[in-house]
Amino acid sequence: MTTSLTDVATSNVTLRSFLHGLPGVDRVGADQRAAMLGTRSIKTTAKAQAIDLAIGMVDLTTLEGADTPGKVRAMCAKAVHPDPADPSVPKVAAVCVYPDMVAGAAAALKGSGVKVASVATAFPSGRSSLDVKIADTAFAVAAGADEIDMVIDRGAFLAGDYLKVFEEIVAIKAACGTAHLKVILETGELSTYDNVRRASWLAMLAGGDFIKTSTGKVQPAATLPVTLIMLEAVRDFLAVTGRKVGVKPAGGIKTTKDAIKMLVLVNETVGDGWLSPDWFRLGASSVLNDLLMQRQKMATGRYAGPDYFTLD
Amino acid sequence: MTKAEKPGRARAGKQSGGQTTRRADASVDAAAPAASGETAVESVDPVESADGGSGVGETAPARERAARLAVRKTYKLYIGGAFPRSESGRSYAVASSRGDFLANASRASRKDARDAVTAARKAFGGWSGATAYNRGQILYRVAEMLEGRRAQFTAELAEAGTKRAGEVVDAAVDRLVWYAGWSDKIAAVAGSTNPVAGPYFNVSSPEPTGVVAVVAPDEPLLGLVSVIAPVIVTGNTCVVIASERAPLPSITLAEVLATSDLPGGVVNILTGSAAEIAPWLAAHMDVNALDLTGVTDEGLAVACEEAAAENLKRVFRPAATDWSADPGTRRLTAFLETKTVWHPTGV
Repeated sequence: MTTSLTDVATSNVTLRSFLHGLPGVDRVGADQRAAMLGTRSIKTTAKAQAIDLAIGMVDLTTLEGADTPGKVRAMCAKAVHPDPADPSVPKVAAVCVYPDMVAGAAAALKGSGVKVASVATAFPSGRSSLDVKIADTAFAVAAGADEIDMVIDRGAFLAGDYLKVFEEIVAIKAACGTAHLKVILETGELSTYDNVRRASWLAMLAGGDFIKTSTGKVQPAATLPVTLIMLEAVRDFLAVTGRKVGVKPAGGIKTTKDAIKMLVLVNETVGDGWLSPDWFRLGASSVLNDLLMQRQKMATGRYAGPDYFTLD
Repeated sequence: MTKAEKPGRARAGKQSGGQTTRRADASVDAAAPAASGETAVESVDPVESADGGSGVGETAPARERAARLAVRKTYKLYIGGAFPRSESGRSYAVASSRGDFLANASRASRKDARDAVTAARKAFGGWSGATAYNRGQILYRVAEMLEGRRAQFTAELAEAGTKRAGEVVDAAVDRLVWYAGWSDKIAAVAGSTNPVAGPYFNVSSPEPTGVVAVVAPDEPLLGLVSVIAPVIVTGNTCVVIASERAPLPSITLAEVLATSDLPGGVVNILTGSAAEIAPWLAAHMDVNALDLTGVTDEGLAVACEEAAAENLKRVFRPAATDWSADPGTRRLTAFLETKTVWHPTGV
């Protein structure tokens, strides 16, 4: 790639020619490679390590209209001590809540080392004015969010108005201040793998610290091939610009097997430089219990049951 | 055709069907035990016995049929309403009582057992929430389906060395009907209204225990039906380890269950070694009860009981059972919990 990236975003035309100039994604090849990597068998000590790593990467999420302060408090307690009966379980990376729940989560997690992430920008649809989105972000940051998960304007992206999407991300990044910005592409609505690659680059060019697959409200969510394409994008972006960007698949990761497949994908695509919570996260809620059950099975030798873990 | 003719025709069809099946088991009962398998296979409808055919001692009609390629039946596991192969890819050869090769059956692994528990747990909510009447109807339907496959079961049981196979199939059908009748009556027997020292109306009602792991006895059909029916009629779901020696009728029974409106996952049947799978089920924290009827090895039974203690599973380990005898309600009540409700009677 010989283009200088400094003036790519000067106009819609330059941005479009750059994004459409990215090499196309071989859909069959991507599906096949993801499926092949999904067959890797991770057992015994490697599995135990992978489970602990995955637990440390979880962004424990509750994004329901029915969220109450009590539920958020309970989830924060679980984030710090996923299994109260077993202190050797690592804490999760972050909890992810709606902006009005951030203050309560920040208070509950004070000093624990678990970060508070907040969705913002008219999540999950992103259908509002830029002013509202900036105010939403500023509100979450003021309440104590360490990380902001924004959604791109898929309507503008699909209509080809890349500059609007770009400038929106830049504006939200500015509103974040010191908070990290995760950019949700909502890959389930982008319809092609080529668009996933373009949206990934667009988000990284605009200054996103993380690119995230989905809101979790749209199916399909974090599939393996889509995550693979995004990982390839951050790898190529690092090679071209020298800036490292994180990846967060979210939605549809339900089992330990799903989580370990993701870790294999990371290791085989971008190497172990990304195998830490600083650079890779798993947006999930139900997967944590499954990870704990697998962990217990490895410790005790008997299959665990959901009756012995908290309901979220 | 007039309206008056229709019932007559239907009756005639039924009668001839009845005669066919009667002929089939008459020949089984009359035959010497050693040759009973062959006789049964010959005398049933060719379509029904297409899965057999060891090639040993084939008779004239069998040789005629050999002109077309035999369609061998693949015996797989029954998990969550589907018939998957073992994830381990293993199988083992099943021999008839005469030592002839019958078929390959899947040899289930602990992973299959775990998948089966997952399926049983998933099915539990719907099955335990169904009305007792509905569960009874479904068990009647299982009996009807079993009756419809009499000839096939008779042949398979004869191959497995069961004496008087026809009578055994009859007994299995009757057993199902008997348990089906219990579905809406067990609450009256196992529940009660209790006199208490206070102004309360106090009611105890039975509720299903949950997921039951069953080691089926080496009694291919009657024993299997006699352990499954009492577990499911009260609303439990189960994972069954079928007889290792004669697993084929159990998978054919799974085909019956799969076509009987029984929701997938209520009964899951694994074929393979109980010694290998039972300890995993006994230790599984998401299994609520354990039926060790088919465990003959004392050491294995004790190991399973010890493993089951971890999450206080109900363990049912009866003495040797005569499967032809009246079963009574012991198996029904073994997998029930009692819920007692105190209701203030102040008006």
